[in-house]
Amino acid sequence: MRDSLRQLTLTRFREFVREPEALFWSLAFPILLSVGLGIAFRNRPAEIVHVAVVGDPSAVRVAMDALATSPGIKAEHLEAIPARLALRTGKVALVVNARVPGRVEYEYDDTRPDSRAARLLADDAIQRGGGRVDPLHVSERYVREPGSRYIDFVVPGLLGMGLMGNGIWGIGFPIVDARRKRLLKRLMATPMSRAEYLGSFVFSRFFLLVFELLALVGFSALVFGVPLRGSLLQLGLICALGALAFGALGLLIAARPRTIEGASGLMNLAMMPMWILSGVFFSSENFPRAVQPVIQALPLTAVNDALRANMLRGAGLEVVGPELAIIAVWFVVCFMVALRIFRWR
Amino acid sequence: MSKFPAVTNTALAIRDLHKSYGDVLAVSNLELAVTAGECFGLLGPNGAGKTTTIEICEGLLEPDSGEVEVLGMRWKTHERVLRELLGIQLQETQLSEKLTVTETVRLFQSFYRNRRPVDDVITLVQLEEKSKARVGTLSGGQKQRLAVACAIVGDPKLLFLDEPTTGLDPQSRRQLWDLITQFRAEGRTVVLTTHYMDEAERLCDRVAIVDHGKVIALDTPRALIASLNAEHVIGFTLEGETASPDERALRALDGVTSLRRDNGAFELKSMELRRTVPSLLSFLERNQLQLAELRTRSATLEDVFVSLTGRHLRDA
Repeated sequence: MRDSLRQLTLTRFREFVREPEALFWSLAFPILLSVGLGIAFRNRPAEIVHVAVVGDPSAVRVAMDALATSPGIKAEHLEAIPARLALRTGKVALVVNARVPGRVEYEYDDTRPDSRAARLLADDAIQRGGGRVDPLHVSERYVREPGSRYIDFVVPGLLGMGLMGNGIWGIGFPIVDARRKRLLKRLMATPMSRAEYLGSFVFSRFFLLVFELLALVGFSALVFGVPLRGSLLQLGLICALGALAFGALGLLIAARPRTIEGASGLMNLAMMPMWILSGVFFSSENFPRAVQPVIQALPLTAVNDALRANMLRGAGLEVVGPELAIIAVWFVVCFMVALRIFRWR
Repeated sequence: MSKFPAVTNTALAIRDLHKSYGDVLAVSNLELAVTAGECFGLLGPNGAGKTTTIEICEGLLEPDSGEVEVLGMRWKTHERVLRELLGIQLQETQLSEKLTVTETVRLFQSFYRNRRPVDDVITLVQLEEKSKARVGTLSGGQKQRLAVACAIVGDPKLLFLDEPTTGLDPQSRRQLWDLITQFRAEGRTVVLTTHYMDEAERLCDRVAIVDHGKVIALDTPRALIASLNAEHVIGFTLEGETASPDERALRALDGVTSLRRDNGAFELKSMELRRTVPSLLSFLERNQLQLAELRTRSATLEDVFVSLTGRHLRDA
């Protein structure tokens, strides 16, 4: 490596590690966030649904006996008014109204998922208790392995979010700061190569990327057992390409502004929609079909999808080809435009 | 150096330079020639167009029209070569506060082909004791000397300094002056801007006085002062607010070349102090005027500026 490129890269690196806040936000914060989310959304044993039974005493007894055979249901006998109150306040998910033997009415809010589940379970138990014979023999096998939990979903999202934040801030902020302090102009007064100046950001970014990856992925794999089913080399490649694309976006944002305030506004404008739309904390499929083409074209959506495919499904690069293409286009377009409009002096 | 065009004896030539920002004319019809090996000063008030001129010479600003030749080369055709040969200190550059002095000089050194050793340069600007200190902890004078260190670490032929001592305490100014004098003594060329007349007088072989984007006088400091036809300035004020001596009589005093009146303060320029002062005193006595204050001093570049523009450097 040329001496000047090495010195510039060292400078980037020194400026970064001598800023304790930057270290915290880029390395420690994603880990803290994953810890918080891991605790909040940890998996509990299959939930028991609470059901109230009301009505004629003999019919209630039959219904209670039937419900007792289902391990997922906890049933209790209540008077009509307390039962309705319990339903309204969410203490029970379903009221089974057994007015006369042979007839049952279910009272529940059909927009509550737990109520719908309670209705299915309760009905199944009561019908069997009433003598229904199932025509088919069924058995069950529970699959509760890592890879389908919320923490598994969210860690690749946090990784993608970190790539975006560190790329845009890590490159945009120092450039605008150097321009504001007229350091950029001073550097332009030396024989320094502009390509090396920008290259030094790429190199230091890649160097820090290794730590980001090791910190968050290593931590979540060790502590939460988040799976790493794909090739680690390919995971690194996806991250590197993502870092390039977000770095180029940071460069584009930093190409013109003379003040930190101006740049911050642009950075938030670029990042905010992606935080919400690109499937960091919840799936981007939740948004309406009409906006899906836009969401799918965002770089963070592509990065998150590619990371999840690699980590959770073990997919190879050939599977995430479309995502990689989207990321590459963002990199090339942002970089070219940034170079063209860059304010050096 | 054979691959570079021959370096002529003229280090910097500016012809018919124009530059305006919108409606504001910053530089107009400016002409200059700086000889290799001299220390050349652009002296003028703030806003005179000094920084615009020097930044055009440094290849950091495009002129609207006119020609600039630096070391016999043009920016359009020889930018890369010129960058290697120039040392530049800009006004108000903030170097990275997180780096140490040594790291900063080392970074700038890495950009150049001809390199002076980092430690030598740091010693030269007297920052050895601060070499491991972060830039953010340096005083204003130390930061300015570091800026000069970054400008000379590439072993430049021509050094541009823009207001190198503005805002510095007297001791820091003297340290920088020594540094510039030493650099100049090595046979290199220095072009600096300043609005301090003492700085220009002390450092510069030749001075161009700049006002409203034009060179209004250009010579050695000594010749510029001599052009006043007055080696000395006698300033006095009189007792009593209504005191109003006959100005024509004052002008006619022995040795007086000119008179300036600023409210109640009078300034006589004189070729010979020992003739003018006695005749002033006897004139005041004859007219029964009481001196409140009397002082004499040697004429300076400030007086040259005042006589050319009618304004002082500091409030122009």
